[in-house]
Amino acid sequence: MLIKKPNDIPSSEITPKSSYINRRTFLTGAVAAGAALAGGLYLRSGQYSPELATVEAAGSKLTGIVKSPFSTNEKPNTFKDITNYNNYYEFSTDKYEPAELSKNFRTRPWTVAIEGLVKKPKRLDIDRVMRLSALEERIYRHRCVEGWSMVIPWVGIPLSAVIKAADPLPSARFVAFETITAPDQMPNQKRAVLDWPYVEGLRMDEAMHPLAILAVGLYDEVLPNVDGAPLRLVVPWKYGFKGAKAIVKISFTDKMPPTTWNKLAPDEYGFYSNVNPNKDHPRWSQKTERRIGEGLFAPKHPTLMFNGYDQVASLYSGMDLQRNY
Amino acid sequence: MKALPDKFVRALKVPVFLAGLGPLGVLAWKATHGLLGANPVDVITRSTGKWTLTFLLITLSVTPVRKLAGLSWLIKFRRMLGLFAFFYGCLHLTTYIWLDKFFDVQAMLHDIAKRRFITAGMTAWLLTLPLAITSTNGWIRRMGGKRWQKLHRLIYFSAAAGVVHFIWLVKADLRRPLTFGSVLAVLLAYRAVTWVISRFKTRTTVAVTTSA
Repeated sequence: MLIKKPNDIPSSEITPKSSYINRRTFLTGAVAAGAALAGGLYLRSGQYSPELATVEAAGSKLTGIVKSPFSTNEKPNTFKDITNYNNYYEFSTDKYEPAELSKNFRTRPWTVAIEGLVKKPKRLDIDRVMRLSALEERIYRHRCVEGWSMVIPWVGIPLSAVIKAADPLPSARFVAFETITAPDQMPNQKRAVLDWPYVEGLRMDEAMHPLAILAVGLYDEVLPNVDGAPLRLVVPWKYGFKGAKAIVKISFTDKMPPTTWNKLAPDEYGFYSNVNPNKDHPRWSQKTERRIGEGLFAPKHPTLMFNGYDQVASLYSGMDLQRNY
Repeated sequence: MKALPDKFVRALKVPVFLAGLGPLGVLAWKATHGLLGANPVDVITRSTGKWTLTFLLITLSVTPVRKLAGLSWLIKFRRMLGLFAFFYGCLHLTTYIWLDKFFDVQAMLHDIAKRRFITAGMTAWLLTLPLAITSTNGWIRRMGGKRWQKLHRLIYFSAAAGVVHFIWLVKADLRRPLTFGSVLAVLLAYRAVTWVISRFKTRTTVAVTTSA
């Protein structure tokens, strides 16, 4: 399962952030250093010490982050709220417990398999995935299917960059994501709460949309374990559960891939799961949402179609979104 | 049967009453110290709901415990415990009406009609309402013990509706609602068994007297 590390990258290759974006246009991307963290870890020694790497990864600063026009100017939630209130069923079905339970989750070394209907299947170390494209800050609205929302300053790379690197065959119509199976580290994977491993999927055109990213950071820092480190999907116009966490496999298929919540309750969670105030969850309304951090007496916000990301509407033109929920 | 002097029971009611207010005290303390986490409304909703069910189950335990353990004086605490269940149920409902729906009557009516877990929860609360109203000595007198007792069997249905409300609201993990459900099942099974036994007993007594 472990892939041998590439040889140490000489410090001369750790490029100043200002210059590497230009250089990236003619470099294949194999050596351009994106994150200082990645470089730092590589340089330490040829041999990996997982403990050391985990400690270093948690809270490490990411540098050279580029701003993005896709970011909202709404006020982001606090780091504390984002890292202490979320669903991560592999650790707990409670929303407060995963923060503590995921503290010692090992995110290095980490390999992501990219396979299926592609010309260039790969097994990439997470630090190489992070350098497939410049790191971008994407401040996105995040709408949970349960009716709460946040504004989250993710740091990540466009999903399309990974897809392009894999060079999918014309027959590839869907992208499937798979979360790690590690019951020794994820206590809830010992119980059949959900059908493990957690799997998610996107249609190819959805996956190629510039809004879809693979997040590796939060608030200029390496992604905290509780939010899906080291690699999680973020698709801001869909409900939060589409964002598979701790991804180990990205595969390309010609058939619509199974998705975890859909398998559990197909009448409640569809494949698309686009944020849609006009399509209620069978058990609760999706018309409004509670913005986390606004306090006890703050009124709820009206939920917007596609979570306010109207630019994706064309992906679904002609589709009945009441039936394709 | 161990009898307990009235004075002692009265003295014991004070700490029991204060303990009943405990969960509210904890919530209030957390709220004023910013310890309710990222989604305070969610915490308040869950906590008041959990304590409503807990007090319902404690109330339902009074009879089995006092019969099985021979602690007949426990009955003197049943009303207070039941009223605490009603109290936390009201707080739970208020949280929904105020902090979740902000008094939007139309949205609430829509919820009650369409969302079965809300329907179940609302039913559970409505069933406790006549019990709370008729909990006074005056009402017991006015209704007469037999009729009063019959009415107060509504608590079985209220607790069942409360558990169903909890089961229907969770997304995947049923452990907590099913824990409440199993305790309730045991408490109701006790009643079913004693009812069957008493029926059997009266029937044999009748048989014995007629044959004699």
